[in-house]
Order: sequence, then structure tokens, then C-alpha cells
Amino acid sequence: MFVWLHPYAKTERAYALCNTLMPYFLSAAILGLSVGLVWGMLFAPADYQQGDSFRIIYIHVPSAILSMGTYVAMAIAGLVGLVWQWKTAYMSMIAMAPVGALMCFISLFTGAAWGKPMWGTWWIWDARLTSQLILLFLYLGVMALYYAFNDRQQAGKAAAIIALIGVINIPIIHYSVEWWNTLHQGSTITKIGKPSIAPSMKWPLLVSIAGFMGLIGTLTLMQLKNVIIERELHRPWVKQLLSERETK
Amino acid sequence: MSPLYSIIHRDFTLAMRQKADIFQPLTFFALVITLFPIAVGPAPETLQKIGPGVIWVAAILSALLGMERLFRDDFNDGVLEQMQLSKLSLSWIMFAKVLTHWLVSIVPLIFISPLLALFLNLTMPMYWALLATLLLGTPILSLLGAIAVALTVGLQKGGILLSLIIIPVFIPLLIFATSAVDTAMFGLNYLPQLAIIAAMLCIAMALTPIAMSYAIRVSHQ
Repeated sequence: MFVWLHPYAKTERAYALCNTLMPYFLSAAILGLSVGLVWGMLFAPADYQQGDSFRIIYIHVPSAILSMGTYVAMAIAGLVGLVWQWKTAYMSMIAMAPVGALMCFISLFTGAAWGKPMWGTWWIWDARLTSQLILLFLYLGVMALYYAFNDRQQAGKAAAIIALIGVINIPIIHYSVEWWNTLHQGSTITKIGKPSIAPSMKWPLLVSIAGFMGLIGTLTLMQLKNVIIERELHRPWVKQLLSERETK
Repeated sequence: MSPLYSIIHRDFTLAMRQKADIFQPLTFFALVITLFPIAVGPAPETLQKIGPGVIWVAAILSALLGMERLFRDDFNDGVLEQMQLSKLSLSWIMFAKVLTHWLVSIVPLIFISPLLALFLNLTMPMYWALLATLLLGTPILSLLGAIAVALTVGLQKGGILLSLIIIPVFIPLLIFATSAVDTAMFGLNYLPQLAIIAAMLCIAMALTPIAMSYAIRVSHQ
């Protein structure tokens, strides 16, 4: 079924694929972020309660949603690695980890900056905030375990196991709002039936989420290219690539 | 004598000959709990409020401390490799080892918990709830922790890394355990929390041995 995927187990093909995909993700990132953020920051109506400070939602929500999404993607890459024994799967797993950790940090930081004027405090031990912090620690744990090994293949397997165990945390993050209904407002986009966010605010948010997806894709591909080059430094195709760079 | 029983018997005998391995985490557990009244003040109401959480955090920390030894000696002298070669399923062997480890190094913590509950001014219903959560919850600590131990056993500096990768995974357990004791403080029904912890335990018992045996194979490469 996935036979078309098999050639990408070779690092050279995976590297070429990165180069092919990069422009699409990059243009999605530039287009989505510029349109979404300018629309959200300048043209979307101010909130009737929170005034202009709600506009941080256009950074906060995309990074929060996608930090979880990236974790799941990372775990899936790990699972693919464990099942099919592809080193490129482990490479993409570890390429996603710092990007996801960055998104997680951005959501925590913007959340704190938003919490100060709205709740009157930078930090509160609310369920969602706590689970986001745990998610950051999970990312850091995966990276710490990966880089503790000298053998990269072994490192990939070990980190994949820990990433898969961490996935049990994702549903807890998702359902935490219902479980410990506290200060953090519930999700407003995907409520079944009628979303409780106004369309004029929702559309720039969706565009901005798409932009963030492009950004994560771009950063992951850049990171993956680095990981591949680093790991395959002694291979002829890498040497050739690097010497071509130098002569340019 | 079944092979699994002989593994349990062997581990148990080994543990009994190295009593320091049992007493050190136990003393550590008691010491951490002693630190709290000194640090936050000895007011009985405060202690009662933070007590369940403090006991659970101390239990997690001392479990992690003792867990490092779980596979280390057998890994270093090659016994684990021999066990992999045997006809028995590695998952069962792992499960037997974790079970013995839980009996030897965690159950003593549960035994001294009445004393510590007394130190922290817990009421009787709170204590029963605490005991129930410890009995159901600490095997989860051992089972999940054992995966991380199996992954880090081949590394030189596994200790801190072990805590770093496994503590975040314990947090849901901690939430439900302390919430059960808090509920008991108000005299309410805490069976739902216990049921969730028991469900976690069932899932952990079913799945973690597979992960452990895979992890130990990764470490042996």
C-alpha cells in the first residue's frame, strides 16, 4: 500500500524531497502569516470585552494547537521508524522535536502575556496551562534522550518509544478543559453546532493557523536537511553536494 | 518450579542480600517528608492540606531513585542478555522483574506511610484514600518507570535523564491520586478517581511489558 513511500527511506531521496517541498511550505508560511496576522492585527474587530489585547489569539491559538499536532506527527514518525526501521523516519522525528518545542514555548509565552491583562496574573496552575507545560517537558525529554546516545539508530528507537508514551498526554491536554473546568476559556472554533467566535474573527485565525502550519513545515524541512547532512557527512552524494556549494 | 517463579525468587534473594538498596529509598522517602513541615511551617491545617501531595511526590522521587538499579546489574553482567536468549517471553521476564522490584522497594514505602500520615496530620478517611491510591498507583510508577530504565540502562549518566523523561508521564496519575485524597478529606465518594487509577493500572500492565522488552533490546544493540 505504501510502496510509493519506500524510496524515501534512502536519505538522498528524502533530501531531494525536502528541497522539492520546501517552496510550497515556505510560500504557505509567508502568505498565511502575512495575510492572517495583518488581517487579525489591523482589520478584525476588537473584542467587546477584551478590547485589542485579544489579538494575541492570532499567535497564541495557532502555536498552541500546532504544538500538540506536531507532537502527534513526531510520534507517528517514531512509530513509522519502529515499524519499518527507516532511519529517515527517526530523522524527521528528531527534526520535528525542536520545532514543536518552539511552538509550545511560543504558546506559553503569548499565553502569559495575554493572561496578565485579562486574568491579572502571568501564570496560573490551570489545567490547560499545566498540560502545555508538560508538553514542553515531553519535547525536552525526547530530545534529551535522543542526544544522550552515541549511536543515532539506537537513539532514534529510544526516543520513538518515549514519544509514543508521551502521546497519552495529548488526549489529557485535549480533555483537560472539560475535566478540570477552570480559568482558561473553552475552545471557540470547533464547538459542535455553532462556533462561539464571530466569523470576522474566525477567518483571520484560520488563515493564521494555515500560515503557522507552513512555518512548522518549513522549519522542520530545514532541520531535517541539517540532520540528514550531519548524519551522512561521509557519503559521496553529500560530499558532492557540499563541494558544489563551495565552487558556487 | 516455573521459570517465572524462579526469576522472582532469584531477584528477591538478591535484593534481600543487599539491604541497603531497600533502606536507602525508604530513608529518602521519610527524609523528604520531614523536610516539608520544616520548610512550610508546622501548622497542622497547612500540613493536612499539603500532606497527600507531599507523600505522593516523595513516593515518586524515591521510586525513581530506587528504580535506577532495576536492570542495571543484570545488564552489566550479561544476565539480561542470557534471559533474552531463553525460550521465555522477554515481556514476562520483565514483568516478573518489575513485580519483584515493586514488592521489595515500593511496598516498604506503603508500610511506613501510616507513620508519615501521622506526621502530616492526615485524618483517618484521608489515610485510607491515600493507602488505596498508593496501592493502585505505585505499580503504575514501577511499570512506566521500567520502560525508561530499560532505555537508559546502557547510558553512563542515566540517573537524571531517567527522571527527565519519565516524570511528565506520571503527572496524570498524581492528579487523580491527590484528587482522591482531597475528596476523602471532605468525606465524599472517591471511588471514581480510584477507578480511573485502576484503569490506568490495567492498561499499564497490559502494554508496558511489551514496551519494556523492546526497550531492553534497543539498549542491547
